[in-house]
Amino acid sequence: MVLWLLILIPLLAAPLAWMGEQWSRHAARWIAIGALFIDLLLALLLWSQDQWFQDPGQGAWLLESQTSWIPLWGISLHLGLDGLSLVLILLTTFLGLIAIVASWTEIQVRVGFFHCNVLLALGGVIGVFLAIDLFLFFFFWEVMLVPMYLLIAMWGHEQRRHASFKFFLFTQAGSLLLLVAIIALALLHQHAFGRPSFDYADLMGLAQKNEMGWWLMLAFFIGFAVKLPAPPFHPWLPDTYTAAPTGATVILAGLLAKTGAYGLIRFTIPLFPDAISEFAPIAMGLGVMGILYGAVLACAQTDMKRLVAYSSISHMGFFLLGAFAGTELALQGAVMQLVAHGLSIGALFMLAGALQERLHTRDMRQMGGLWGVIPRVASMTLFFALASLGLPGLANFIGEFLVLFGSFSVQPFLTILASTGMVMAAIYSLAMMQRAFFGRQRETRIEPDLSNIAFGTLLLMAVLQVWLGLYPRPVLSTTMPVMATLVQQTPPSSNLTHPPSKFLPSSNSFTSHVSAP
Amino acid sequence: MTLQDFIALSPILDLGALSIVTMLVLAVRRHHATIALLSFLSCLLTLATLPWAATSTPRSVTALLIVDKYALLYMGLLLSATMVVISLSYRYLKLHFIEQEGVEEYYLLLLLATFGGLVLTASAHFVSFFLGLEVLGVSLCSLIGYLRTRRHPLEAAVKYLLISISASTFLLFGMALLYFESGSMTFRGVGRVVEMAQTVPGLWLGGFVLVLVGIALKLGLAPFHMWIPDVYQGAPTPITAYIATVSKGAVMALLLRFATDVEALKIDALAHLFALLAVSSMVTGNVLALFQQNVKRLLAYSSIAHFGYLLVALLAGGSAAAEAVTFYVVVYCVMTLGAFGVVIVYSSERGDAERFEDYRGLFWARPWLAAMLTLSLLSLAGIPVTAGFIGKFYAIAAGVDAGLWWLVLALIGNSVISLYYYLRLIVTLFADEPAPATIPQGQAVQSPQAAGWTAVFSLGLVASIILLLGVYPGPLMEFIRDSVSNLVMVVVQRP
Repeated sequence: MVLWLLILIPLLAAPLAWMGEQWSRHAARWIAIGALFIDLLLALLLWSQDQWFQDPGQGAWLLESQTSWIPLWGISLHLGLDGLSLVLILLTTFLGLIAIVASWTEIQVRVGFFHCNVLLALGGVIGVFLAIDLFLFFFFWEVMLVPMYLLIAMWGHEQRRHASFKFFLFTQAGSLLLLVAIIALALLHQHAFGRPSFDYADLMGLAQKNEMGWWLMLAFFIGFAVKLPAPPFHPWLPDTYTAAPTGATVILAGLLAKTGAYGLIRFTIPLFPDAISEFAPIAMGLGVMGILYGAVLACAQTDMKRLVAYSSISHMGFFLLGAFAGTELALQGAVMQLVAHGLSIGALFMLAGALQERLHTRDMRQMGGLWGVIPRVASMTLFFALASLGLPGLANFIGEFLVLFGSFSVQPFLTILASTGMVMAAIYSLAMMQRAFFGRQRETRIEPDLSNIAFGTLLLMAVLQVWLGLYPRPVLSTTMPVMATLVQQTPPSSNLTHPPSKFLPSSNSFTSHVSAP
Repeated sequence: MTLQDFIALSPILDLGALSIVTMLVLAVRRHHATIALLSFLSCLLTLATLPWAATSTPRSVTALLIVDKYALLYMGLLLSATMVVISLSYRYLKLHFIEQEGVEEYYLLLLLATFGGLVLTASAHFVSFFLGLEVLGVSLCSLIGYLRTRRHPLEAAVKYLLISISASTFLLFGMALLYFESGSMTFRGVGRVVEMAQTVPGLWLGGFVLVLVGIALKLGLAPFHMWIPDVYQGAPTPITAYIATVSKGAVMALLLRFATDVEALKIDALAHLFALLAVSSMVTGNVLALFQQNVKRLLAYSSIAHFGYLLVALLAGGSAAAEAVTFYVVVYCVMTLGAFGVVIVYSSERGDAERFEDYRGLFWARPWLAAMLTLSLLSLAGIPVTAGFIGKFYAIAAGVDAGLWWLVLALIGNSVISLYYYLRLIVTLFADEPAPATIPQGQAVQSPQAAGWTAVFSLGLVASIILLLGVYPGPLMEFIRDSVSNLVMVVVQRP
């Protein structure tokens, strides 16, 4: 029931926010904030059930809810919550609040409808993180698409039409491939047991030792990789991230990318362990390709939002590398990377949006010397640029470090290549700072600096970055049981170049080490 | 003919009798609302006889007709769609017929066309097949040209007439060939020859292909689709909706029964032919729809593509195919009525609202209407929460189950293409309103017209069905499985 509340609160608040526009311009914003805040509190309440997360290796759901839906096809309304989904739901509600704050001044027309769409999209995202019936999962997966599309198409910047179409077509193509694979799995179940089923537990390991398993895995991978996005499925991303309004970009980069990542960890890897063990090196290779490609292109951008967008590709490459490394350490790092990336990229897009609102351009060639004009924006950008380049002590560092650490034993060469991405991250992040905020001051007019609300929000995100950077245990220990189960299910990669070294610390000792006061 | 036969046949007899009653009333009292109400009630009454008729199914009534749950299901669909069309037509016709110039026959023709459709759903014999098709076709032809003072409807009517005649000639020649080879005019008799001979006689194959061409012409499958966009655009919009749903639905019901009874898919050549038709319809429909600037033409091309998807489901064969096709036809009828319903309601006496420009910013002017169109379009595009998604799900499932990987991939690729033009229309709905300056001089800014309560009610019903089927399709799925099981079972228990 609590799980359904988590999904339904934003969905039901959505029409309310739309109607709220009639009362006052800010009513819609406050309704949206209220709904998400209640959701956040609910999720925190679940998180505070400490004893749940004490038992590592337990793969069962912490909370479960199942109701029959379409019995003919073996489809049920099956929701399940475990550490991984909980962490991501916390991130969703938090970033949802951030997105609303980020669009506080930017969105001035059709405010009600904007927030209606934001809430619908977030409801879909939360549903994605909770559904463990594959049909239901796909349902939510698509629910978030249309509102997202409208957000981009209606409130976006120049080129919004083009960008929104690209976004929708790319993701829908991936989704339909995913749908076919899901249906094929359900029918495999029918051939084996006489009735179709879309349930996660029923389908687990079904495609084992099956020639079709490989193809189905590939369809699952592509479906999720489009959202992530991993090259070569990324062409929609730079245009979309750039054209979307700030609030929508925060959701796109902070959350929609995470749904793809979640899909990979939750479904692709456990459902096809055999095929994955063959495919893992390729996936890791794609991850490294993403890291380098994103970083190189980010270095070449003059548009600030595009730069951040490409850096996002680079960061999600680290996730892909870690997720398919098959070690618990790397998986933990991958999840940490999701959370950290959500926080840093959300803040960076918010700042880029704030700059655009003030200067009416995103072109960094026309900026310069802004530090003296808008110090709040400048200082926060500096902080999050440092976070994004992986400064130790901040959350991104933990994620990337764990990923590299965990992957090295599996694919040393790829890992070394990946680590050069961190160097390039330093180049583009600092170049961005240099071009926009230092140097000769071009603007003579004094711009209004960040409002207190926006500044406070960014400060809060910065505090979270530092907190998770110094003390990542809350996230790591919450997701550890899930990751441990995942590693047990997946047989070790068949073409390991090196056996795992005995000298590497196990993840348990690492997390406890980190958590030591 | 026993009493049971009459009971089984009661829907067809009922509608026939009520058409005559309507005609007689028409002779006595020419009144638009009365006749509209009477025709609506005729459909409702006929609909009410369906459960009664179901008590004596499955039943062959003479060699011509077979009344089984499958037929009754389609009859229910056709009658409901007709009722929606009638309720949408009332205001539309009032806008176009100001004086007493004979608007009432429209409803009579609608009833007769539906009567033909009912016969088609139950026919198991070439004679009933042909008679049903002709009743449907001739009535439709007059309906398409009903707005006789305008140019486009007349042009469309002539076009439809020519197409109808050529379809009939193809059919007749094909039937003659099949009869020559099999000595039977019943569908099963035609199929039995192939089963017994173990080989496919060349003339039989030729005959089947000719019959298929006739059917494809009626369904508008590519490459026999040329007439569809013109007729869709030219016909009065309620009739366009009628062609898209009732006429095509009835022919599809017939095609499914014909193909199942003859076991056409067991013959490789025919299976390939069906696959070819499916792919060419999908591709032609979707690619040509990309370039349309007219909403009615866009929907016309999209309907060509949708029947391509339907053929993919049909090709799966067996009960899965029958279920998937039937479900898809139901869903397709509902969402098409939704989309055309908006066009009908939005039309004014100056003409149909069919250009993209007319829909610019509709969402801000008339939000409910725009929401309805958006819902229908999303459903046509197969986005979840709408019925169209479940329909597409069913079609893909049938294809995957039969291992038709290439066709399924073609279906997916085409769905993605189709998204582009649906989104293009949706984006237009949400675009900023046109500046007042763009409205030509001399025309007062048109005040939003009342949609008429019948139209509002039926559109509301259609919208809720789209959502209900999208969220809770279980009961309908079970009902359809129960109904079509009979269709396939009969084949298995072939004497």
